[in-house]
Order: sequence, then C-alpha cells, then structure tokens
Amino acid sequence: MDRMSSSPIWRAVTRNPVSFLTSAAPWRALGYLATSGLLGLLSLIVLGGVVVCGLLLSVAGIGLVVLAGSVLLGIPLAALERRRLRLLEGPHADRPASPHRAVARPGLWPWLTTRLQESATWREFGFAMVFAVLLSVVDLALLTLAGSLVVLIVFPVKVAIVSGQPEALLLTGLGIAVLPVAAYVLGAAAAAQGWFVRLMLAPKEGGQTDRVVELTRSRARMADAFQAERRRIERDLHDGAQQRLVALVMTLGLAEMEFGGTEPKGGRAGELISRARGEAKQALDELRDLVRGIHPQVLTDHGIAAAVSEVAVRCRVPVDVDVELAGRLPTQVEATAYFFISEALTNVVKHSGATSATVRGRLTRDGLSVTVTDNGAGGAELRAGGGLEGLADRVAVVDGRLVLSSPSGGPTALSLEIPCQHSHSVSS
Amino acid sequence: MPAQSLRIVLAEDSALVREGIVELLHKFGHQVVRAVGDADSLITAVRECAPDIVVTDVRMPPGHGDDGLRATTELRKDYPDLPVLVLSQYVANAYAKELFTPSRTPHRQSRAGLGYLLKDRIGELSEFAQAVERVAAGAMVIDPQVVQHILMERDQRHQYQLLSAREQEVLGLMAHGYSNAMVRDALNISDGAVAKHIGNIFAKLGLSPDDGNRRVLAVLAYLRDE
Repeated sequence: MDRMSSSPIWRAVTRNPVSFLTSAAPWRALGYLATSGLLGLLSLIVLGGVVVCGLLLSVAGIGLVVLAGSVLLGIPLAALERRRLRLLEGPHADRPASPHRAVARPGLWPWLTTRLQESATWREFGFAMVFAVLLSVVDLALLTLAGSLVVLIVFPVKVAIVSGQPEALLLTGLGIAVLPVAAYVLGAAAAAQGWFVRLMLAPKEGGQTDRVVELTRSRARMADAFQAERRRIERDLHDGAQQRLVALVMTLGLAEMEFGGTEPKGGRAGELISRARGEAKQALDELRDLVRGIHPQVLTDHGIAAAVSEVAVRCRVPVDVDVELAGRLPTQVEATAYFFISEALTNVVKHSGATSATVRGRLTRDGLSVTVTDNGAGGAELRAGGGLEGLADRVAVVDGRLVLSSPSGGPTALSLEIPCQHSHSVSS
Repeated sequence: MPAQSLRIVLAEDSALVREGIVELLHKFGHQVVRAVGDADSLITAVRECAPDIVVTDVRMPPGHGDDGLRATTELRKDYPDLPVLVLSQYVANAYAKELFTPSRTPHRQSRAGLGYLLKDRIGELSEFAQAVERVAAGAMVIDPQVVQHILMERDQRHQYQLLSAREQEVLGLMAHGYSNAMVRDALNISDGAVAKHIGNIFAKLGLSPDDGNRRVLAVLAYLRDE
C-alpha cells in the first residue's frame, strides 16, 4: 500500500482537482490503459494458444514441455510491463529492476533451471495470467466507456448542427460534466494497475536478502574449496614426494653402509654418496617447510596454539606467543587465524624492522580475537594490492574484521576478530 | 651386531618406506615380524605378535591425522611395558609432548622405552638402528632437532637464551639417550668438559643431575611444565 500512495499517478489523482485535470496525468492514464487493453488481448491470445496447444499435446508428452514453456512467457511480458510503467509515471519515475538472478553459466539449460527455480518467474507467470484474463477485460471495458463518453460528447454536436436540434447539446453538456469523473476513474484504475505491476514484478526485499545470503554462501563454499584443495595438495606431497625422499635418504644410507662408511674406506664414491644423502635430506627439510606453508598438519591435529608456536620458532624476529584458547574452533576459523598470524609475522620480519613481536589470542564472548604487535617503525597501511589486502579478503570470508593501528614510529598492532561459536570442551 | 635380535612390529603407510625400514632393520640383525600400513592393523598386529618393540609412523590411515600416535597411546594402556619408537615428519613439539605426556588413567607408571624421531633420521642407518635398540632396552630417545625446537620455543617465550649452543648440543645427545661417555666421544671433548656442560644444563634448568633416562625424562617434564 505504501507503494501505491507513493506512485506519481496516485499522487496526481489525490492532488487538488484542478491541477489533476489540467495535468498530463489523465492522458497518461488513458494511454497506459489503452495499450494495456491491447497488450492484454494479445497476451490472452498467445498464452491461451500455448496453453491449449500444451493441453492437447499433453497426451503425447511433449505438451508438458510446452506447458512448462508457457510459464516462461511471463518473463518477457513482465520486462515489458516494468518498462511500460514509465508511460504511466513519466520518464523520471524509477523503473523497478529485474527481480531475476544472473545466470551463473552460459547456455540454455542453466538459464532454464535457474529461471524455473526462482519465485520471481512464477510470480511473473501469475501476473501474466491475471493480465491476460482479467486486466485485459477490465481495461477494454474502461476504454469502451471512455469511447462512449467521447461519442456522447461529439455525436450530439453533429446532431445539433445537421438536424438543427439544439437541445441535443444538453447531452454534450452532460458528457462534458461527466468527463472529470471519467478522468478520475481512469486515473484510479491506472494507478491501481501500476501498483499491481510493482507488487508482482518488482524485486522483493526478501529477494535481495536471498541474493546476499546466496553470495555469502557461495563465497564460503569457495573458501572451503580452497581449503580442501590446500589439504589435498598437502596430503599428496606427504604421501608422494616426502615418502619418496625418505626412501631415497634411506637407500643412500644403505649404499653408504655397503661402502663401509665414508672416508677412508668408501673413498671418493663413498664421499659422493654421503653428499647425495645430505642433499636429499636438505630437500626433505625444505619440502617439509613448504608443506607446512600449504597446510600445517599441526593445525589440524593440535589447533592454533601449537601451530602458531611452530611459526614463531621459525620467525627471524623473537616472538612471544600468548595464545590461550580452550578447546577447538571451526576449521575455517582456525585456518584463517593461522594464516593471519603467519602473514602478520612475515610482514613484521619484512617491513617493520622490529626486534620483537607478540602474538596474543583469546576467546571473547563473540568469538576469536587475535592481535599481532611489533615494536617496529610503524606506518603500515592496508594498501590495495598489498599483502594485507589478500589477508583482508580471506578474513572477509569468515565475516572477520581486521583492525590496523600503526602510527609512524610504531608500535604496529594488527588485530583480527572472527565471530564464531566455540565449545569449551577440550578435545583430545 | 646387537646382543639380541629384536622382534619388531612396524607400522608405516608408505610401502616404499616400509620396505626400506624392513630391509635396514634386517641388516642390523632384527626381525620385522609384521609390517602394516594403518593404525587399526597396528593394534591387531601387536595383540597377535607380542613384539619386543613397535616402530610406527605418526600419520596413517584411516584418519590421516595422528592415528599412529593415538594407536600407540591406546596400546600402552593395555601393554604398559611395550617399548614404542615413533617416526614423524613433524618437528612440532605438540606431537612429542603428546607421546611423552604420561596418560592419567593407568594405575602403574609405564617404564617401557619411548622414542620420537624425525623420519629423515632413518637415513642415519646405524643411528636409527641404535635408537631402536635403546628404546627396546627401555631408554627414552627424542630427536635432537625436536629438543632444540622445544628449547628455542622456551627461549623465545622467556626472551633470552637459556642454554649455550654447546649445552644445547649436549642436551640433544642426552635426549638421544647418550651416556656421558658417548657424549664425550660424539663431541670429541674431555670427560670433565662433559660433566661441566651437564652440570650447567641441570643448574640452568633447575634440576638435580641424575643418570640415564630419568634425566631425559626430567628435562622433558621440565620443558613440558613451561
């Protein structure tokens, strides 16, 4: 109802009579209803034809497809109707946007499945039915009445002139007297129809929310997929290359033993084998670091505190780790917090010139709160394309919030807050 | 050659590594009575074979988490005297702590040997074989790199370096189950120097010197309580 009272044509109708009657509003209403009537008639023919065809063919099965297809006829009609509102409300009125979602993939089939699953499509089909069956008739009836009024005004004039019966002009006067009433009827009818079009064909508020929820979900799904992919790569490396290198180191050890150890017994070959074994071991070490960067198994097995202590040990700047979290958190939250801390410490080492850093993690009433502080030069900022921006993207996925405080001269504190449910039971 | 041939149950999910370990233990005169590829089979194998020692990987099917370690904890509840040597890809001390933290449920304290070695240590064949033998004989063995890691973590927390590089080295060897004489030979230093280093380590850690496993255990207990 709100929308009806805010519609320009309705406001025109409820304005003072003189300005309504002298405005373009009655003519707009007339034009709108006239085109509506004709369009309604056309819709009735097309829709009726398709439905009848579908029913007749339904014996053959294909009719069902035709019937399903008729549902889609509402879509172009609705698009046209949304556009046509401007005829009624003037070129400056805001035209409702399409309530349809964007189709994710190209092609007919994705389009069909998306559209048929949307409530908007069915609302539009419902509108098309009402439009074709009811509105067309009402509009044509109103047009007929308007037409008769014109006849009522014009015909007596002709009679008066041709047959010299001036009393016929009384009828013309009556017609002219009724004109304002007719203008009001047309205006009200058009406003009501415009309101109905908006009601049925404009995007619902809920539809927007749906879309936001949908986007959030798809983003979370994507993050989950990335996470799963990281774990898969980690597993592949662990089961593949890492084991093979262990076996290689072992085989080289056996070879070394066959040669009776290194110098002097093994000679040059023994020495080379020892060196090869050392290099293989080095490769294994490097691979282990790499794998940990991809997805730390410690995080999966023991949680944030254990995984962070390992990162801290490896950090070139001394890090004081103070992470106290009872129990475990959702996987996605743990992974995000872990990468936040690793990234923050990497930044500390790379850019801050700090000589010490602190990682503090606590559970708050709302979720997880982690802060990485350093005693460096400060002046850090969340630049587009910077390392922190990638971090911000990751954090956004879990609805987290990054707060950076880095006055020039330091200290720098980067905080992460992630809302989450946490259990207080300690998992073993 | 060892004094006695050990009957070993081996659990390792990579066939390549499994066969390698079987071969190398055989070379050192031991017998792998059962080699399995997952945590559940490990428990069955121990029940059926009653081995002298279990050598197991941390990460194994079915969970691909720390299933091997958990199977070990499970086994040690039923067989408190069963020595276990765990092979791991992880330096993270959370795993070593998990292994060495005495479980609270058993009524009597386990006295059996325990070991935690990094997997690439297998490449040092004789070192690895010695570790197996020492654990079977009831010793505690921790990979020096893991000990170093624990110490580093501690130092970073306390913002100063507790042990000198040499002392860390000595502690690493002690964690490896070395006696004073073995430390002396390994580092090529005098008996007096060894004694001095060990004295310093224990003084710095606030422990009284003792011998054998108990000092390793003491170090661990100390580090664990931090």
